[in-house]
Amino acid sequence: MIKSYLSQPHLLGIQNLLPEDIELILQTADNFKDVINRPIKKVPTLRDVTIANLFFENSTRTRISFELAEKRLSADVLNFSSASSSVKKGESLLDTVNNILSMKVDMVVIRHSAPGTPTFLANHIDANIINAGDGTHEHPTQALLDAYSIGEHFNSYKGLHVCIFGDIVHSRVALSNIFCLQKLGAKVAVCGPPTLIPKFLSELNVQIFYNVEAALRWCDVANVLRIQLERQEIKYIPSLREYSLYYGIHKELLDKIDKDIVIMHPGPINRGIEIDSDVADSDQSIILQQVENGVAIRMAVLFLLAGNRVG
Amino acid sequence: MKHGREIMEPKRFDLTLLRLTEQIIEDYSHCEELCLIGIQPRGTILLKEILARLQNSNFKTKVFEGHLDITFYRDDFRRREKILAPQSNKMDFLIEGREVLLVDDVLYTGRTIQAALSALQHYGRPSTIKLLTLIDRRFNRHLPIQCDYTGMEVDTVDHAYVRVYWKLGDSENRVVLYDSKEIDND
Repeated sequence: MIKSYLSQPHLLGIQNLLPEDIELILQTADNFKDVINRPIKKVPTLRDVTIANLFFENSTRTRISFELAEKRLSADVLNFSSASSSVKKGESLLDTVNNILSMKVDMVVIRHSAPGTPTFLANHIDANIINAGDGTHEHPTQALLDAYSIGEHFNSYKGLHVCIFGDIVHSRVALSNIFCLQKLGAKVAVCGPPTLIPKFLSELNVQIFYNVEAALRWCDVANVLRIQLERQEIKYIPSLREYSLYYGIHKELLDKIDKDIVIMHPGPINRGIEIDSDVADSDQSIILQQVENGVAIRMAVLFLLAGNRVG
Repeated sequence: MKHGREIMEPKRFDLTLLRLTEQIIEDYSHCEELCLIGIQPRGTILLKEILARLQNSNFKTKVFEGHLDITFYRDDFRRREKILAPQSNKMDFLIEGREVLLVDDVLYTGRTIQAALSALQHYGRPSTIKLLTLIDRRFNRHLPIQCDYTGMEVDTVDHAYVRVYWKLGDSENRVVLYDSKEIDND
């Protein structure tokens, strides 16, 4: 029988979660998926919990998804974005967060461009911390919702082939996905131009493809990532057109392979660059299910962590 | 293992289920529809036993079967040591304007029923809600909640524990009273 609580009070990354924790979150998400599909989509579970969403970096999908999950659980929500705050006036991260916590906040959802920020906060403040993306390090809730969406399509993760396409070196989604899927028993590969694949990946037991067709023939699930133009200080690829030509996922290529590959994308999509519109909108694509499942997964994470109080 | 005292043996258990079923038939035969809602996990086992008996009777009322999970509605979240694992919820009908009969195995503090009542608000405004429990521990209530149909009333001290064993899952239908909640199989 699976335990009913997580092994830790924070969600800092997938790397330090136990496989049982992941299974518990996925299982709990089932119950919340049921809740958000009812006529009345709200439960009073977190009615005495205050949650601060601290977004030091831009986000649309993740922030809205977290906010919706918090509201569906009846929590009080405090939104903060660095663009309109004292951070601009030179306040340190710890000061900002401590000030917010003085207002009696129980949980903190944080996104920051510096890897390790959630861990730093977890060591310094008394609140449950949830990592909503820290730089190029981890994005655990995205990996969990990806795993959950894959789980809806396949009976088991054991031996399933999942390939992550695109900009791996700048992607926190890729790293969290690799940890998460491997802990669930799936086989993970990456595919992209050599400049966008970090060297350390071979140590993580991840297969590397430089050819899209070979990768597609290998995989059951293709998780296509965005080219993160904003994180590229130097040119990693000659041009977007060339990237699209060699590493984009095209309908003709999928037709040629003639295999039922599930297509995923964490968003936002650059249509026509990493993935063509007719692939993104096809029956094979579960991109919109991923968004729906995101709310259920975040509700599950908030619910389970709120039960594991700090201190 | 602590030894408990059997307070309802299989034969009496069976008779009690039959009596409860007869009471439902008597009170709800004039209705067109009845929503029978079991509280997860153990109320639904009782519900299944009752439904099986209703099917063998001449009860003509249309029955909607619901399984209600109240984990997200409990008032002791963040106040207890461990969180309870949610169970599946199966409520594919609305209770708006209908007669509802809530079913649970043991009525103790009344907090589960309170949570169930707030959960039910999300499925419409029923015409009436009544409560059926197999065991009523009537001197241990924290809230002003009483049941309408009872299999057996049990008067116990507060730390005692009443456990219902079911043929579906345990071994035999019987009810056992323990001195405290620390029994080996729970």
